[in-house]
Formats: sequence, C-alpha cells, structure tokens
Amino acid sequence: AGGGPVGSAAGDGGPPAPERVLFPPTFSVSEIKNKQRRHFMFLRWKQQQRKEKLAAKKKRRKEREALGDKAPPKAIPKTIENQRVYDETTVDPNDEEVAFDEATDEFAPYFNRQTVPKILITTSDRPRGRTVRFCEQLSTVIPNSHVFYRRGLALKRIIPQCIARDFTDLMVINEDRKIPNGLVLSHLPDGPTAHFRMSSVRLRKEIKRKGKEPTEHAPEVILNNFTTRLGHSVGRMLASLFPHDPQFIGRQVATFHNQRDYIFFRFHRYIFKSEKKVGIQELGPRFTLKLRSLQKGTFDSKFGEYEWIHKRREMDTNRRKFHL
Amino acid sequence: SPQVVWDTLGNRQFCSYKITTKTQNFCRNEYNLTGLCNRSSCPLANSQYATVREEKGRCYLYMKTIERAAFPRRLWERVLLSKNYEKALEEIDENLIYWPRFIRHKCKQRFTKITQYLIRIRKLTLKRQRKLVPLRRKIERREKRREEKALIAAQLDNAIEKELLERLKQDTYGDIYNFPIHAFDKALQQQDAESESESDAEKEEEDDEDMDKREFVEADDSDLSDFEDMDKLETSSEEEQEEEEEVEKKASHSKSKGKTPLKGPARRKRPYIEIEYEEETEPATKTKAA
Repeated sequence: AGGGPVGSAAGDGGPPAPERVLFPPTFSVSEIKNKQRRHFMFLRWKQQQRKEKLAAKKKRRKEREALGDKAPPKAIPKTIENQRVYDETTVDPNDEEVAFDEATDEFAPYFNRQTVPKILITTSDRPRGRTVRFCEQLSTVIPNSHVFYRRGLALKRIIPQCIARDFTDLMVINEDRKIPNGLVLSHLPDGPTAHFRMSSVRLRKEIKRKGKEPTEHAPEVILNNFTTRLGHSVGRMLASLFPHDPQFIGRQVATFHNQRDYIFFRFHRYIFKSEKKVGIQELGPRFTLKLRSLQKGTFDSKFGEYEWIHKRREMDTNRRKFHL
Repeated sequence: SPQVVWDTLGNRQFCSYKITTKTQNFCRNEYNLTGLCNRSSCPLANSQYATVREEKGRCYLYMKTIERAAFPRRLWERVLLSKNYEKALEEIDENLIYWPRFIRHKCKQRFTKITQYLIRIRKLTLKRQRKLVPLRRKIERREKRREEKALIAAQLDNAIEKELLERLKQDTYGDIYNFPIHAFDKALQQQDAESESESDAEKEEEDDEDMDKREFVEADDSDLSDFEDMDKLETSSEEEQEEEEEVEKKASHSKSKGKTPLKGPARRKRPYIEIEYEEETEPATKTKAA
C-alpha cells in the first residue's frame, strides 16, 4: 500500500522530499522498524499536517471574506475565566442583603469614617534581612503603619495591648528560610483574621524601574475582581488598611488584583498624559497572596471559628472553580 | 563472672551495645549509668550496678545485685524517686548505702541532669512552639505554575490603566485634571468649517486651560523629570523662540507632544502657533494669520 512514499524514503533523509507526497490514510509511522527512517517519515508527516492545516485556514478565511456580512460571528476562544464554574455566592451589585451585611459588619466603622486605620506590622521570631527590609518598605507604602519587632512575644498577649493603643489592624509576616512566605492580617477590635500565603515578594531594588520612593501621601486603592461574597469580605479587609480619603496630589495607587484566587499587590505612581492615556510607573514592593483561611474573631488558632478554610482535596481538584 | 564478661565483650570481642568513635567508646545499653563504654560503667560486666532513668517525667532508681543474676526477669529492681530534688537525693543515698562510691556519685549526677532537662521541657512547652509543616513538592510546583499563569492572564498594567481612566471619566478626581471632556472634543471635531471668531474664542478658552495646565505641569517638577516629556519640553521652548514665523505644522506636531503633554489628540487639528505662544506674541500672530 504505501509503496510510493516508502520507496522515496528508502534513499534516507538526504534527498529532498517531493512537493505533494500524500500519505495514504492507512499509513502509520510506527510500523517502520528502522529508527532513523521512522524519524524521517514522522517529520515529513508532520510537515504535511502543517501544510494541510494552513491550507484549511486559508480556505476558511476566504469563505469568511466571501460571505462578508453574513458570516457567522467569530468564535470566542475559551479561557479559564470564561469557563469558570459559576459560584453561587457571587455578589450581585444590587444585592440588598449583601449591602445590609456590609453596613453592619466589622468594617462599617471604617467605611463610615469613624475610625482611622492604624496598622501594626510585625514578623515571626527572629526575622532575617529580607523580611526586615520588606517590613520597612511595606510600612512606607501603607500610611500610618508602624513596625515592631517581636522578640518571642505571644500574639495573644500582643493583641489586647494593641487594642489598648488604638491600633485597627495587625499584620504578621511569617518567615521561612529567610524569605517572607505568609501573612496574617487581623482586624483588631474583634475583627476577622485572614491568613494568606505570600509568594514572589520583590523588594524595591529588585523591581526594574527608575522611580523614587513613595511619598507620604495616602494612595488610592484599586480592588479588582473580588466577585464572590468571600472575595468581598477579603477585599473590604484589604481596603480598610488604607486611609479612606486618598490624596490625589500624591498620584499613587495601590492595587489588589484578584485573578484565579491569587491576589496580586502592586504599588504604582500614575500620571495622566491625556484623557485617554495614562502612564504608570511601579514603585514599592510587590507580592502575591493566596488566601488560606478566614477566621471570625481575632487570631486564635485553636478555638477560633473559621469562616473559610482552603481544603486542598476538595478545592484544588477543579481547575475552573475559584473562590475569591 | 563479670571479669570474664568484660574480657570478652567489652575489651576484645564484639559487644552490640558498643559504639566506637575516633576518640571515645560509647555504650548504647539503656541501663548504662554514664553512657561510656568502661569497665566500671558497663551494666553487663558489673554484677552490682545501679542507674537512674526517667519515664513520663518521673525518675526511677534501677538496681541490680548478684543474688538476682540468675533471674533475668527480676534482675532490675525499680524504686520510684520522690519529686522533691533533695528528698530524692536522700532516697538514692539510702538505697545505695554501702554501694561503691563511684556508682552512688554517678547516679546522683545523672539524676540531677535528668531533673534539669525535665524542667527545661516543661518550660518550653509553655512557650509558643514552632509548628513545622512539611512542604509538598508537587503542590508547591503546582501553585507556582498556577500563579505564573494567573499573572499572565491578569494583564495587570492594562487593568490598572483602565481602572484609572474609568475613574477619571467618572470625575472622581474632581478639578485637578482639566482635560476637555470627550463630548466637547467630538462636537468640535465634527464642525470643520468654523468661523474665525468662534475658533478664536475656543482657542482662548483653550489657552486659558493651557495656562492652567502649563502651570500645573511645571509645578510638579520633580515627578515629571522622570519622564521623557520633560526633555522635549525644554528643547521645544528654545525652538519656539527662534522659529517665530515659520508655519511648520510638522514642527508644531512634534512640539505639541512635548509642550503640552496633557493634551488630547484633538489638539493636532488646530494650528498650533497661536496656542503655543504666550500673551505677548498672540496679537502679532493673529495679524499675520489674518
């Protein structure tokens, strides 16, 4: 059956292949015992497949142009975001229940401008250089924040002291092998505690940019893609770190962008070149967070009431299902 | 007899409890008093022997005598020591009365060491313990890969720029940025044939805004220095003074980019010369155009 093409291959890979060698449909590369020849035939088969595909594409394009207006609309490519499994807790912007919930939850005083955020940043025991520098940079990015080193103090004892000194949020950066890898964010007067895994932390000097340091102005906050109910609460929590009234003179913006359950944090300085063009320049550290658990009260690992925990076996299996 | 045992096991032939290192020999036997492999500390080679061992936080004194050498099950006699340190020392003394000095001394030393480490354990358990969570390689790799893909899918810069432009449109910035509104621009573009007065009036308005913008731009000196626009700004101001009379639209185009970095694309359709020059030269150019 495959007399023609096999015959031409008998002279090895040296002679150039004829233009229109057609492989008979019953031809299979795996039947050839000789490895070299098999490889050669496979390459030729691949080339021919590619040509056919290109020809088919051209034909389709011609048909499409020929039809003109009557052509069927172009098919939208499937992306993970398109195919995302619909989460039933997705918040509808007009949902009254959610609005009511948010008006009465722990962040209501912040959003009603009754409290001014005051943040305490600390680390786990014995922080190493990178973590220390990261904490310092973080404290310049978030206005009204203070860094304190923890010298073996228990978190449970720190918390009442913080509340007494009017702190609204506590951030604990956990460190492992000299790099920060976890973040515990606790809203202080009895607020929820979120535990994140932190990854790809870049300090200011590692970012390729030519900007200066962030100034003292309060930055704007952008929260992107927090769609579900859980995402909403996390988003509010992150937003409550920054003062409610941004100072537009400073032209700084802090972004928390959620994509497939990863929250990317960036800090930029922007300038409007025209009403349709804006230039942004990255300053400040950047990191990615992934939510591990959300607890109702303040940090309490043993007796806390968990609102949400990431369960690996159930939640990681489906690639199109996201929770934030 | 113990001497024979030592001559065979301890000194010459193989003893399974013996561990040799470069400088020392250790004895792995659990009843050993000092932990070293010696003639006097080998529990196999001494028919009268005693040790102190602890179990679940309580210390016991183990004793072995010659009389029970034939009964391995009953060989080691166990005595619970009191929790009180001094009392326990007395108990040891009491039980090991008439025993060789070496064994008594070493027993008390061992007991002291044990109580010390028990105290330390109790203190440490009260402090916060570091919980070691093992990393799972496969999962770490998976997470890393997913994060990279999510980063690519996120297109952060575009998203941020879009959001900022949205906010500009919805007027959250108020009066700081005086860009002409879209509708205004489009309406002007549609009216191609304009009368001079109308266009002049508009230009004057734009001039005013232009002044504002120019002031605004120059005030924010420090940040703009980072942008390339600043260079064009400086160079174009020099050019402008020289080339007063040339109606170079192309030059004005390039100037416009530097001179008015905050203007929209609509600007380019108008002759620039009037706009760029300041108050003094305006009437001059107007007469020329007329």
